[in-house]
Amino acid sequence: MQNHLYEYRKFIIGGIALVVVLSYIARLGFLQLSDEEYKSRADNNAFLNSIIFPSRGVIYDRNGELLVYNQPAYDIMVIMREVNNLDTLEFCKTLNITKATFDERMALIKNHNKNPGYSPYTQQLFLAQISAEEFSIFQEKMFRFHGFYVRERTIRRYATDYCAHVLGDVAEVSPTDVERDDYYSPGDYIGKQGVERSYEQELRGVKGVEVLLRDARGRIQGHYKNGALDRKPVPGKNLTLSIDAKLQALGERLMEGKMGAIVAIEPKTGEILCMVSAPSYDPHRMEGKQRGAQMMEMQRDPMKPMLNRAISGTYPPGSTFKTSQGLTFLQEGIITSSTAYPCYHGFVTKGMKVGCHGHGSPLPLLPAIATSCNGYFCWGLYHMLSNRQKYTTIQDAVTTWKDYMVSMGFGYKLGIDLPGEARGMIPNADYYDRRLGRWNALGVISIAIGQGEVTLTPLQIANLCATIANRGYYVTPHIVKEVQDGHIADSLKVKHKTKVDTSYYNMVVEGMRKAVLGGTCHSANSPQYAVCGKTGTAQNRGKDHSAFMGFAPMEDPQIAVAVYVENGGFGATYGVPIGALIMEQYINGELSPSSEEKATSFQNRHIDYGTRER
Amino acid sequence: MTGQSNKGIFLSIDWITILLYVILIVWGWFSVCGACYDFNNPDLFAWETNSGKQIVWGGTSLVLATVLMLIEKRFYDTAAYVIYGAMMILLAVTIVIAPDTKGSHSWLPLGSSVKIQPAEFAKFAVALALGKLMDRHDYNIKNSKDIGIAIGLILLPMVLIIGQKETGSALVYFAFFLMLYREGMTGSLLFTGFACIVYFVVGMKFSEEYIPNMPVSIGEFTVLLLAMICTISMVWVYCHNTFAVKVMSATCLGSTLLAMLFSIYVIPFDVCYVMLGACVLMILYIIGMTLYTRLYKYGLIAAFAIVSCSLYYLSSSIFDHLADHQRTRIEVLLGKKDDPRGAGYNVNQAKIAIGSGGLTGKGFLNGTQTKLRYVPEQHTDFIFCTVGEEEGFIGAAGVLIVYLLFIWRLIAVSERQTDTMGRVYGYCVLCIFLFHLFINVGMVLGLTPVIGIPLPFFSYGGSSLWGFTLLLFILLRMDAERNLKQK
Repeated sequence: MQNHLYEYRKFIIGGIALVVVLSYIARLGFLQLSDEEYKSRADNNAFLNSIIFPSRGVIYDRNGELLVYNQPAYDIMVIMREVNNLDTLEFCKTLNITKATFDERMALIKNHNKNPGYSPYTQQLFLAQISAEEFSIFQEKMFRFHGFYVRERTIRRYATDYCAHVLGDVAEVSPTDVERDDYYSPGDYIGKQGVERSYEQELRGVKGVEVLLRDARGRIQGHYKNGALDRKPVPGKNLTLSIDAKLQALGERLMEGKMGAIVAIEPKTGEILCMVSAPSYDPHRMEGKQRGAQMMEMQRDPMKPMLNRAISGTYPPGSTFKTSQGLTFLQEGIITSSTAYPCYHGFVTKGMKVGCHGHGSPLPLLPAIATSCNGYFCWGLYHMLSNRQKYTTIQDAVTTWKDYMVSMGFGYKLGIDLPGEARGMIPNADYYDRRLGRWNALGVISIAIGQGEVTLTPLQIANLCATIANRGYYVTPHIVKEVQDGHIADSLKVKHKTKVDTSYYNMVVEGMRKAVLGGTCHSANSPQYAVCGKTGTAQNRGKDHSAFMGFAPMEDPQIAVAVYVENGGFGATYGVPIGALIMEQYINGELSPSSEEKATSFQNRHIDYGTRER
Repeated sequence: MTGQSNKGIFLSIDWITILLYVILIVWGWFSVCGACYDFNNPDLFAWETNSGKQIVWGGTSLVLATVLMLIEKRFYDTAAYVIYGAMMILLAVTIVIAPDTKGSHSWLPLGSSVKIQPAEFAKFAVALALGKLMDRHDYNIKNSKDIGIAIGLILLPMVLIIGQKETGSALVYFAFFLMLYREGMTGSLLFTGFACIVYFVVGMKFSEEYIPNMPVSIGEFTVLLLAMICTISMVWVYCHNTFAVKVMSATCLGSTLLAMLFSIYVIPFDVCYVMLGACVLMILYIIGMTLYTRLYKYGLIAAFAIVSCSLYYLSSSIFDHLADHQRTRIEVLLGKKDDPRGAGYNVNQAKIAIGSGGLTGKGFLNGTQTKLRYVPEQHTDFIFCTVGEEEGFIGAAGVLIVYLLFIWRLIAVSERQTDTMGRVYGYCVLCIFLFHLFINVGMVLGLTPVIGIPLPFFSYGGSSLWGFTLLLFILLRMDAERNLKQK
């Protein structure tokens, strides 16, 4: 029986099919052609960029002795979904943790707020950085703990007990690090202090990546395109420091129980041979998972062991500064080698007195340096600042003086390749105008003897000494001698000429030699090589600071050293003997038995600083 | 059957349909390969893999097709009710003996590794029984008893399949109503069903959105407006009463317009109260017309109007009483709630899979979404994702167009049947295909609810492939005989 009455309805049904198909095609077009969002979401789903960390460069001293290296450590990982029938007691015993710690860790992993990337199907960090010994115990029993895995990581290890401030440390990146440099992701390690920080770029290498396919449960299914898009990591570059590890060790021994710094520089190259900041700390304290707690403890310590006083501490240079004054006066023609000034137990004029100790008077430059005469240099500066033929105003005179000081590396950062360098203080005319209003030469006279407003870092004192040893120039002091397959920055190789001629430097060298032969530093004298030196005794609110700078040998200087011992009294008390031992160790490569004895006795001479905050 | 008539049958086979059938099966096989590809076992032909098994299902389907081509139409004519009865018994038995498979009791194990789903095979039995029933010379679809029997034949397997906890498969039987429409069932029923769905979707989706500057829910407003328009249109189309249409339009739309203006320019208030009042007046008017004219048409329209107006309020209150997960599903489908990890996970991942395919797709076996199991049920119900991801817009649209051609071809084949049984059976078949296409692809595209039914010839599985082959080739055999009778 035909049903022609309703045959038209075949068009309606066919039309329904057409409408369905067309609207689905439109929907397909919307989903597939309109934007790329779905594509990137599919990629985010499927591709896991697994980072392969490069090994961080290791660090050697100038003689190739290993200072810092990497050691494998083990993270215990857990896949929550796979944990079953866990013998919690046994597990805790194996890892040497308490049941409470276990419960706390497990709760933390599952806390979506604290662990936003949580998935029960992927590995989550349970316990970080267990040692190889702990790992081997765990490994034996691991088969019994379903769902627990081990991930290898490296931690930074120190082969030396010294040099903590220079080497610095590494730790997990801070959120600001991640924001500043998109190389980093949360959880990466970054150098925090010392060369670890300043040479981060060289040490870290380049991360590698494996593009992995990840299924809906987060399980890895293999390499995408058989690894065509994978990148191998580039290992970090090794560093060779200019530090001499033996010298550094001696320096740290000598500074035990004291506050202050030692900096030794190879004058010709600007390489830093040792950099001691006391009190120091054992770099091993920064290894691995204990770092945070150790940092906290040290930051609370009133002695501030974390502070690198060698570059961050600013001190009145005391008499060591007189050398720079003599040089300036000579170059400016204020004095000549034969100019003699009187000193009657000090600089006394117009009701003003800067005290001095007993010595012949009047005296010219060389003995003035040798005996460290306060009067001589105060007269020198007084004449310079009061010279209205040469300088129209006192401001002009101070500006000229300041320019000399800056040319010698004072008042600004030297540009050492370590973080945290301070610039010290060299006052200028503007500063005095603001501070004093109306002022004259007498009001600022103490800067001539390295007191008053003048402050330098121990590094700047050492650099002054190196400049004198070089007779008029310095190379930017630096701590890294060599970067593997690379080179150190050009800024670290620049020769800086001061504004003073070599001939004047020779006079100051003579004076410093005289100081060793028959002046304030005679205990630094050595029968084997010619030492030049200058003491400093810097006044401050408490006991005087003891300072010394010296170089040797006189004609072909190999080492220039500055020693600064807070509240150490006269320069000759601590500064000179410590400086002498440092020079002997470096030039001879060892200490004579009598020197060794002396070193031990200095090691045991501690200064009582009390417990007041500094 | 003589040799000559066999030859005649061979010549009369509709090769166009068979060509489309083969295209779909082969295309489907490639999609299953894409969906089931295992990085550790890249052999597409191995028996252990689903792609390997699908070849076997495809091959056996061709055998099944050949066998079906040899079974005369007379057999179905005779045995239609027997087949129907046997199938119903099988469905009933399955409820009891089938093991629990993910909560449903619809799979019968045959041996160790093969399982069949009787629900997939019941469709052809229902189609045959309906054909046989409606082939009766005195069958009149306008007769409420006759249509009642037809609807009963459809509802029985639905109830049994729901008993197996396979609601999705049961819903497929709604496709037969489209066939009934072709056979003369009044279109108003289809229209009412369609209108109810629109009311529900629009009402739910926009119930909490408001017309700017007015305390009027967009959902409520739209549903009431649609109810008015639909009711008035029905009075116009079925009763041809232009006076009534004018009166109702003036009352309803006029009052609504006035209320809107008042709300905008004088005091903002909920216009829906006025509209509801207008609807009540309209319903009372139609009831009055019913009593006055004694025409049952008016009564039905009045019922329609009552259902239309109350549906929004009913669905809201029903919605509030649904179980949480059901409510979430509906909310996600309507786009009211974003829940990419929970109820929306399947659809969300499916959309990502399809969307990431772009114009030309990622290439055969290169889809990451499907290969890495982000899309659940990707080789069965969500197979269309693989097409979209690996073959892109071109491939996916291509599949849809082949389906459209296939369904159109089946319409043509059905229409040329010389008896009602053939035509009814043909429409049953094509409506089933259309329904599967509509629901399955719609759900993958996030347009229809997630109902677990396969995409014919594409979804992995022997039962569904055999079931669809069975449906189709009985029709093709009937069609091939059309010339015989004329001889």
